[in-house]
Amino acid sequence: MEDMLLYDRIQFGFTVTYHYLFPQLTMGLSLLIVYFKWRFLRTKQDSYNHAAKFWMKIFALNFAMGVVTGIPMEFQFGTNWSKFSEMTGGIIGQTLAMEGMFSFFLESSFLGLFLFGEKLLGHKLHFLTGFLVFLGSWASGFLIIATHSWMQHPVGYEILENGDYVLKNFSALFSNPWVWPSFLHNQFASLVTSSFVVMSIGAFYLLSKKHQEFGKMFLKTGLVFGAVSSILVAFPTGDWTAKNVVKHQPVTFAAMEGIFHTEEKGSEIILIGQPNMKEKKLDNKIAVPNVLSFLTYQNWNAQIKGLDNFEEKDYPTNIPGLYYGYHIMVGLGTIFIGILTVALFFLWRKKIFNQRWILWILFLLAPFPYIANTAGWYTAELGRQPWLVYNLLRTSEGASPTVSAGNTLFTLLGFIGLYLLLGLLFVILVGKTVNKGPEQQNA
Amino acid sequence: MELFWYIILGLMLTIYVVLDGYDFGVGILHLFLAKEEKDKRLFVKSIGPFWDANEVWLIAAGGILFFAFPKVYASAFSGFYLPLIIVLWLLIFRAVGLELRGQVHNALWEGFWDRMFGISSLLLALFFGTALGNVIRGVNLGGVENGVSAYDPHNFFLPLWNPEFSPKSVNLGVIDWFTVLIGVIAVITLAIHGGNWIILKTNSTLIPRIKKLIFRLTILLSVLIITSFTVWTLVNPDPFRTFIDHPVLWIFPVIALLGLFGLFRVQHFLKEYSGFISSTLFLLGALASSFISIFPKLLPSTNDINPSLTIYNASTGKYGLQVGIYWWIIAAILVIIYLFVQYKIFRGKMDDIDYGH
Ligand code: HDD
Ligand code: HEM
Ligand code: HEM
Repeated sequence: MEDMLLYDRIQFGFTVTYHYLFPQLTMGLSLLIVYFKWRFLRTKQDSYNHAAKFWMKIFALNFAMGVVTGIPMEFQFGTNWSKFSEMTGGIIGQTLAMEGMFSFFLESSFLGLFLFGEKLLGHKLHFLTGFLVFLGSWASGFLIIATHSWMQHPVGYEILENGDYVLKNFSALFSNPWVWPSFLHNQFASLVTSSFVVMSIGAFYLLSKKHQEFGKMFLKTGLVFGAVSSILVAFPTGDWTAKNVVKHQPVTFAAMEGIFHTEEKGSEIILIGQPNMKEKKLDNKIAVPNVLSFLTYQNWNAQIKGLDNFEEKDYPTNIPGLYYGYHIMVGLGTIFIGILTVALFFLWRKKIFNQRWILWILFLLAPFPYIANTAGWYTAELGRQPWLVYNLLRTSEGASPTVSAGNTLFTLLGFIGLYLLLGLLFVILVGKTVNKGPEQQNA
Repeated sequence: MELFWYIILGLMLTIYVVLDGYDFGVGILHLFLAKEEKDKRLFVKSIGPFWDANEVWLIAAGGILFFAFPKVYASAFSGFYLPLIIVLWLLIFRAVGLELRGQVHNALWEGFWDRMFGISSLLLALFFGTALGNVIRGVNLGGVENGVSAYDPHNFFLPLWNPEFSPKSVNLGVIDWFTVLIGVIAVITLAIHGGNWIILKTNSTLIPRIKKLIFRLTILLSVLIITSFTVWTLVNPDPFRTFIDHPVLWIFPVIALLGLFGLFRVQHFLKEYSGFISSTLFLLGALASSFISIFPKLLPSTNDINPSLTIYNASTGKYGLQVGIYWWIIAAILVIIYLFVQYKIFRGKMDDIDYGH
């Protein structure tokens, strides 16, 4: 039983983490492609159209990976979490079914037209299909976040005598206070990923002295979009999400921030430190007094509940993981803002294109938004533990009772093998496309 | 209201089979017929802009099942755990085969992904047919042994097979001679359907051969269908009840027969779409008839202790079903518009359309 739950969790965690590597690029990149295409329509400069086409190629590969890894996600609710699905399907099934009906059809129908239809459609209509793909992918993000928000903060439901949850109020699913902050935060984070990728390829071209015209275009576009979205991720949207957590999951917040003891006169913000669960304190701590209280309540002396305020049975199951996940995300977010501010300064002074050291930094930055996004999801998911639906349903009660540990382990290993293979092919093919460069895309 | 969602679910699954079915069929023929590079390329090109959107019908139907009949979704997905995960892997291989073949121009690479695409299409058709066979046959709900349930009354778990391979044995498996029979019927039907798609959408030089093949496969199909009918009542004791209560429903078997009849004449049709329409009619009639034969059950129980899961005891609350209708109708209208746009833009023969791939 214990093993079974463990494998179910590892399998779900692994497959969803892997899946989300792709949509985070899809959602942001679709916006950037629409931007390039729009610039082309405005300026009639062919290079913008080439840029759009080049990114479309990478987009198509990435999208395909998103689709093939997304379908297992939907199946796994039933295969590995059947108790959970049976009880709550009437509610989260609503938003998931809407995602299929409203966004996946939109995306996939118009993606075919967008990829293959430029000659058939003409540029204006082609732009429109690109826009619809963008719309579809953001709608998809929205509906999945709405689903996820219900698990973090269930609303609009009623529990029947037999333990089933049924929907009582449809609009509550969307006016849930968790939905909008989380959605906006997540979308800007996805824009961070894609702008950093575009910027990084730009820097790569400039460094290797190939396709320089495109190198400059990508670097500039990525940098500007990246800087704006990095700031919006932290403030106001990151702030909003954090306030939701304090309000609705105070014990999670204490663990995320590493607050073991309640301070009467305002809490410090932890910059560095390692949670020591035995002695219930942080080792090697560096902290700034009272800042956390201010950030959370706009009051330097506000009291924030520490872990000592709660019963141990309600603690998140993996406090160090949660703490690190959160600090990695916030730390990287802060670093991003710092680096991009410097880079923007050089861009403004028109010096950036031959400052090789800064190009190197921007080039190497690409993987870090992926890490920040993943760390953010681990914060959200570990923070919810031990609950599957917050304060209502424990994770241990949600797994499929009839599927044995051996079967789950078998399929877990299968997924790991398959995904490693796919990942390898994906990287090779994207590398090939990037190396070939935007000019040759029409051949 | 349950009935509304039941019909929607059946409809969406049928549309899925009709649409993605031709992709599978093209894949199967690709494996056996397309030998030269230009044929292979044309086969793949004929489904190029469509297959991804076709697959969404499966995901969307899954979503509808999840939300409207959560008990069936939970019970069936965990009970058929292994075959479902294998289907997922096959879907991944098919998509990857299609996406990656054109990325590198190397005979070994292309050949490998061609095989992957063909084999996974073939196996998917077989698995989906087998799945239909399982649903008609029913499962041992609650895992009853010697009169005692091992699980909750609506849960079960099926291994891939049991040594007896019999639909009447106490220890059922996913694969037995009845479900495999349905699986083989599915493979043949979809191969025919894919052939009709190629006739409709391409100027392939293989078309005369495909027509002959369709004719032969239709003979084989008819024999298998007659066989399956003779054993049907063995597996499903009372298949005609709903038909007898509502005689209009006989229209569906009649539609299937009409389609089958059309398939025999595929070499004589003058219009290119006639073959495709025939196989579509056959699929539609056959699937609808199968669903009706177990109605109102969604997952029949093979023991007398635990009742079957029906559309009435497995659905979510009334309110949820009610609001779902509103958004579903809006979404369905949009989907019809997308389909219309998509098929209008890619109308005609795919050979002539230069979509710059
Ligand atoms: C590029 C990625 C990225 C960056 C730089 C940040 N975040 Fe974030 N964060 C995410 C990407 C992300 C995410 C992966 O998108 C999450 C997971 C769930 C969600 O909705 O967004 C998330 C979740 C998340 C949560 C948890 C919400 C929950 O428990 O459901 C909080 C409190 C914050 N973020 C706060 C911040 C703050 C204060 C940041 C300041 C710099 C920050 N994030 C930067
Ligand atoms: C709407 C979107 C999501 C839903 C509905 C969802 C739902 C779930 C469920 C049912 C579990 C299993 C129970 C558990 O162990 O916590 C889970 C676990 C997990 N999810 Fe999510 N998830 C979503 C998005 C994500 C994303 C995008 C990521 C990562 C990038 C993620 C990361 C994880 C991880 C790592 C676990 C395992 C946590 C653990 O073992 O404690 N989730 N999630
Ligand atoms: C457990 C949670 C999740 C499930 C069940 C799930 C399900 C799916 C499915 C079935 C697909 C394929 C769609 C197609 O065929 O077109 C998909 C793709 C996608 N998903 Fe997920 N997903 C999950 C997590 C997430 C999260 C957290 C996000 C973002 C916020 C997300 C955003 C997307 C997007 C934008 C796509 C389309 C683009 C792409 O495929 O790259 N998904 N997802």
